[in-house]
Amino acid sequence: MIAAGCAGTGRELAGLIDLRRVGAIVSRTITVTERVGSDVPRIAESPAGIVWETGLQNPGLDAFVSGELLRLARGGARIIVSIGGGTLEEYVRMTSALQGRPEVAAIEIHLSGRDEELDRTVLGAHPDRLNEIVGAVARMSLVPVFAKLPGACDDIVGLARTAVRAGATGLTLLASPPALGLEATRDRPRIGTVKGWLSGPALKPITLRAVFDVAQALPAVPVIASGGIRTGEDAVECLLAGAWAVQVGTATLTDPAAAVTVAKGIVRRLKTAGLESPAGLRGRLRPPEPAAAEANPVPAP
Amino acid sequence: MKRARAEILSTRTIGAYRSITLVAPEIAERSRPGQFLAIAMPEGRAFVLRRHFSIHQASRRGGWAGTLEFVVDPSAGAGTGWLAAAHAHEFLDVIGPLGKAFSYPKRLTNCLLVAEGRGAASLFFLAQELVARHKRVDMILGGRALETVFKPIDAKRLAQTVAVMTADGSLGERGGVLDALPDAAARADAEVVYAIAPAPILKAIAAFCRAHRLPAQVAIEERMGCGFGLCNTCVVPVARTDGTGYENLRACVDGPVFDPSRILWDRWLGEPLPAPAVEPEPAIPNGGDEP
Repeated sequence: MIAAGCAGTGRELAGLIDLRRVGAIVSRTITVTERVGSDVPRIAESPAGIVWETGLQNPGLDAFVSGELLRLARGGARIIVSIGGGTLEEYVRMTSALQGRPEVAAIEIHLSGRDEELDRTVLGAHPDRLNEIVGAVARMSLVPVFAKLPGACDDIVGLARTAVRAGATGLTLLASPPALGLEATRDRPRIGTVKGWLSGPALKPITLRAVFDVAQALPAVPVIASGGIRTGEDAVECLLAGAWAVQVGTATLTDPAAAVTVAKGIVRRLKTAGLESPAGLRGRLRPPEPAAAEANPVPAP
Repeated sequence: MKRARAEILSTRTIGAYRSITLVAPEIAERSRPGQFLAIAMPEGRAFVLRRHFSIHQASRRGGWAGTLEFVVDPSAGAGTGWLAAAHAHEFLDVIGPLGKAFSYPKRLTNCLLVAEGRGAASLFFLAQELVARHKRVDMILGGRALETVFKPIDAKRLAQTVAVMTADGSLGERGGVLDALPDAAARADAEVVYAIAPAPILKAIAAFCRAHRLPAQVAIEERMGCGFGLCNTCVVPVARTDGTGYENLRACVDGPVFDPSRILWDRWLGEPLPAPAVEPEPAIPNGGDEP
């Protein structure tokens, strides 16, 4: 899949990639009303990553449903719509507007925004709110619902349990963690909003850990890995950790065909391992290499 | 827009800059002035994003057919520095041509081209196309010092007049391109202005053009993430055509060439949020609605 915000609006990738060759694309996060987004600069490179903040720029629910959604669907890929908001009502309104739309294969709930009702920094980092919002969306939605858990939280397994109990079909792990970029030579922040989010290859180990922990605790729950996946090997590692599918985000910004390359990499590994489906990689993870001890023997005490 | 694995045909130093010529026929034949390329950085390093460069030359005919030239400033950063050190026969992963090109005037003939520093690279491409359409071209080239003024000699071959401005006076007149603007516009009897420069200079050029009722096109140099419209980061606030506020347009797909009269310059160039040193004094209780 192509992760939220990295698949464009239906026009951008047209000449560069055949979208029918990816499993699905996640739309940019949509809010009820249009958002013009935050001031520039919005992006800065960091070691093996990017610090960014777009302020959820999007045309708003109505314009999305009547335009962008149809354009995205024409590309031939399954569409997962990412919905975001600051109040329960906004999530409910968006779910209801997407109800019965044939273009929508699933809903991904963006939960990293500000909670405007309870005045909290990250809406989805609190089990009470997560339960409420995921519960409302899942009850109304006629398509599968994936909760994209926040990139920084105390207890990812606890939040995962809450989301699943509330009715989520599965989980996307993780959203971008909060980040800050500063410029030493100019005494300035690197992006216009000062505070932003980290994306890119730097995230892979964090993603693997979150996927691993949640998959161990909730083996029957579909987990989509997201964060730092750029190559087929990265994807295979996520599948070994317990993911059911992977999303490719930042890599698409550099290599528009990254998701297709990743998919090919997974297929190649399945062939060499003689497996029929990616599910075969789950639970295939073996214990740490004992050979390391043999190669460098430690004298017995 | 095409993606190609393009061989470097040659590299050369032009003043403070490095120029790189690629063999990329599919991209070259589609390229027009003002458009740019997105070049991937090497694998296995910490660089994540492509780097973006305006097209200096795209040869469709003759012995150089199928080649593309772009210009990098080696001092711009580590990624660009890597590119500046690249050698002939190495391969680059290139996507292009990207963005909207300059449009050529249909009726008007006298074109004034203004560029500061490396931005001049794409104005030379534009100047050639304008001259080929029998337009009169005049140029103002600026830079910090003589080595950052891009190709002042070549400019004389294309343009009727060339005004060169340097901040330290080491070449041409001492000053910035803005200082030369009123005289050059009068001398050239300018009817259209094209400009590439850092945004604050473009803002001043836009004000000049508005005051003198000159149509203008500016190419902006906003920092980009992807270059082909996905990441939504290289945005410029532009007034909506229906008069209802503004929208943030992506410089990579909706630009980089814009009509400067539609850009909300103050909104765009406003200082980034300063870190609040102290919390503001708590307002008088329940008095928050007071202005």
